[in-house]
Amino acid sequence: MSEHDKGHIIGYPVLIAVWLALLILTAITVAAAQIDLGELNIWVALGIASVKSSLVIAVFMHMKYEKPLFQVFLLVALLTLAIFIGFTFFDVLYR
Amino acid sequence: MTEQHKDYTGAKLGMWLFLFTELILFGGLFILYGVYLNRYPQEFITGGGELNVWFGGGNTLVLLTSSLTVAMSISALQRGNRSLCVKLLVATIAMALLFLVNKYFEWSAKIHHGIYPGAPSLQEGPPGESVFFGLYYLTTGLHGLHVLIGAGILTWVMFLVRSGKVNGDDFVTLENAGLYWHLVDLIWIFLFPLYYLVL
Repeated sequence: MSEHDKGHIIGYPVLIAVWLALLILTAITVAAAQIDLGELNIWVALGIASVKSSLVIAVFMHMKYEKPLFQVFLLVALLTLAIFIGFTFFDVLYR
Repeated sequence: MTEQHKDYTGAKLGMWLFLFTELILFGGLFILYGVYLNRYPQEFITGGGELNVWFGGGNTLVLLTSSLTVAMSISALQRGNRSLCVKLLVATIAMALLFLVNKYFEWSAKIHHGIYPGAPSLQEGPPGESVFFGLYYLTTGLHGLHVLIGAGILTWVMFLVRSGKVNGDDFVTLENAGLYWHLVDLIWIFLFPLYYLVL
């Protein structure tokens, strides 16, 4: 096993900062849901959830420090999921 | 014979590939949610109103914090601090169990009120409501199963760390277990607002 394979050590302050950001975003999403924005509520919730998951994937799951191959794989997986969801809704919403 | 070959990148890439299949699995359940929300908006709002934001929110805090402790346990092991790593893993496992205890009380209250798959009150009600609660039990149940499995895997890795089999030079098992645990958190990040908040 070569040394550079072992990866990057993330310091505790960084991890705690991400955790705090996640807590703040959770508070924002709970607060935003109390305001009636109609259709927009679901998009706000999904937007905040996407920011939260980017933080978890990038830092907690070390994706930011992985080789580009990992990031390409993630992109392909997310694109596949987006195609599944997108095409289903083209059908459902405009039938 | 002394040096065992380990493919660190391969091990982690394999774990990520598995996580992508999990993403597609839960993605399917979220598609069902979206399609049925579009078909039965009123019944979904009524159903979502029955869910307790405090249970959902409390479990969100528990999972986010457990994600922090498992991420910290990896940093601790990389720095060679094995006993801190074990303590952080024990904390993570404790939070996984706390999540399940919360879930137990949440589901018990629902079932006590006659809301469970196939319940007479749901069968007599509008079809959208039984679809909502069917999806709620399926999605949170499958997620809960992942929490249970994750707690089991973390317990196993915690013993490996304690015995020194997983250590500062060879910790891909801990990293992969951590990745699985973060996936459980990721799914909850979407599940919580969609079921407990926006409806």
